[in-house]
Amino acid sequence: MATRIEARFAALKAEGRKAFVSYIMAGDPDFATSREIVLGLPAAGVDVIELGVPFTDPMADGPTIQAAGQRALAAGQTLERTLDLVRALRAVDDATPVVLMGYYNPIHSRGVDRFLAEAKAAGVDGLLIVDLPPEEDSELCLPALAAGLDFIRLATPTTDDARLPKVLSNSSGFVYYVSITGITGAAAAQAGDVAPEVARIKAASDLPAVVGFGIRTPEAARDIAAVADGCVVGSAIVSEIAAGRSVAEVLAYVKALAEGAHSA
Amino acid sequence: MDGDHINSYMTGPDESGRFGSFGGRFVSETLMPLILELERQYEAAKHDPAFAAEMDDLWKHYVGRPSPLYFAERLTAHLGGAKIYMKRDELNHTGAHKINNVLGQILLARRMGKTRIIAETGAGQHGVATATVCARFGLQCVVYMGAHDVERQAPNVFRMKLLGAEVVPVTSGRGTLKDAMNDAMRDWVTNVRDTFYCIGTVAGPHPYPAMVRDFQSIIGQEVRWQLAEQEGAGRLPDTLVAAIGGGSNAMGLFHPFLDDPSVAIIGVEAGGKGVDSRVEHCASLSGGRPGVLHGNRTYLLQDGDGQILEGFSISAGLDYPGVGPEHAWLHDTGRARYVYATDAEALAAFQLCCRLEGIIPALEPSHALAHVTKIAPDLPADHIIVMNMCGRGDKDIFTVARHLGVELTG
Repeated sequence: MATRIEARFAALKAEGRKAFVSYIMAGDPDFATSREIVLGLPAAGVDVIELGVPFTDPMADGPTIQAAGQRALAAGQTLERTLDLVRALRAVDDATPVVLMGYYNPIHSRGVDRFLAEAKAAGVDGLLIVDLPPEEDSELCLPALAAGLDFIRLATPTTDDARLPKVLSNSSGFVYYVSITGITGAAAAQAGDVAPEVARIKAASDLPAVVGFGIRTPEAARDIAAVADGCVVGSAIVSEIAAGRSVAEVLAYVKALAEGAHSA
Repeated sequence: MDGDHINSYMTGPDESGRFGSFGGRFVSETLMPLILELERQYEAAKHDPAFAAEMDDLWKHYVGRPSPLYFAERLTAHLGGAKIYMKRDELNHTGAHKINNVLGQILLARRMGKTRIIAETGAGQHGVATATVCARFGLQCVVYMGAHDVERQAPNVFRMKLLGAEVVPVTSGRGTLKDAMNDAMRDWVTNVRDTFYCIGTVAGPHPYPAMVRDFQSIIGQEVRWQLAEQEGAGRLPDTLVAAIGGGSNAMGLFHPFLDDPSVAIIGVEAGGKGVDSRVEHCASLSGGRPGVLHGNRTYLLQDGDGQILEGFSISAGLDYPGVGPEHAWLHDTGRARYVYATDAEALAAFQLCCRLEGIIPALEPSHALAHVTKIAPDLPADHIIVMNMCGRGDKDIFTVARHLGVELTG
């Protein structure tokens, strides 16, 4: 049986459309608001939902995502409540894939086996854990694959041809190409620079490749999506939430980005 | 892990950077190729006699090594038990053990063609050491320091600036050492091609814990021959005592003695206001549990949901919620014992040392000294304790004055 991620990318391919992947921090600014936003994402045109798992020390993230995590933690967000968000979505939507993105320690603390069983049961489809490179696959990647969860890997400009096969091994779902060396929310990449990198990944893997970091406008979403299988927007959406926009306003912004990506 | 089955404690880490289950390489993909390259370059440098010769020359003429091994006669008499020696690494250029490691890493950075050095600092000693060696070699230097520490370590901030470094106050998180380390890693991930991250302690992703330990091991290696010189050939210390924040001075003292079973090894963590459920301390080994942070698995102060807690200590240099992975392993195997001293005990030891030995110690080794004052009286006169006087207290006089209710005006 195809996973939700496989089914979604297969459907997009059949329609000739690019994927729009959105990222928000679970529990930001509080659980109730975050729940409303998550439930609204599929209708706003989001093809894959990335849900950030708050962590006190998000070393690969910029100030925007870090502040979002702190807001969520201050509002009482926990790993359990993040799974609650997924459960809430699954009660009304059984098709939109959900990927949990974050750092290893909250999972390590809960216990890998227990976490995987709970995440799977809640309706999580994949994990993207920033501080688990392929060298540490035995920690979570292999157990996650065995539990039926996809393990999505980041490929970066520093991942050279010699290393790329290692990064792609044991990865599943899709590949997330980080278009710049840097933290989330930093400078944007140009589509012209990204295209050859995506081609490099596509030559080494059959997995869909989406590109993220630095995309803030519908036009940029379109340009980047055009040279890949889709694009990811995170910090820009999180900034809207941080600015105190209403749920409707946040979802309208997401919809504009999604339309940008889908016009590619 | 069962320590009885270990033939040597000195062979770690394994090829995956593990000391038992601790250590590892928990970093983002952007950094992974750099970590691997660093490991290759360090392995090459380690076996290059020219690298060792350059280190030796600078250690001798620039840092002032070997540092003395000093018999603390009056402290010994005062405590009335074991014979106490101090390894005087506070006499090094820049006033602490930190420069031992910085020198090694900067020479390595030069071999690798890196032109920009970044570092994190808590008390400011590692930042000052890094700024110093960068000035010596004409390298650009950026030091990340928690905003809270910038405030409580103002003299060191000024020193770094005098030495030409840029000091970046870190306001993210709570503005302490762990946040400074986060921001240094963010800088590194952004400037991967020209930048070398000079980590100040035996933590971080492999190969840092092993590399920093190797550079600091000069401390224990000197103690070995210096004690033999003063106490007779073959005489080993009976007990080693050192303070632990991340644990680099302790690892440097301990490592050369790990396979000498007669040597008892004690690490002293910062007990802050006391090690209990309030977590107003930095005793990761005594009061934490294993987790993953800053590239390695180790004991961490964390809540039930795996969120990292802020430590608390009078000493900015010990104010870190983790500890080097090799210490975590030595703790679990039982080869080393880890205890703690509270702020109040460290302050008392600080004052005792000033008055009895004419040495103003940093607050970090004052924790080690506090433990020495607890154990020495009950030990026989022929029992030799070597404690690591890893830093001098000039930087701490304002903090101490405040705690003693004395107002210093400039």
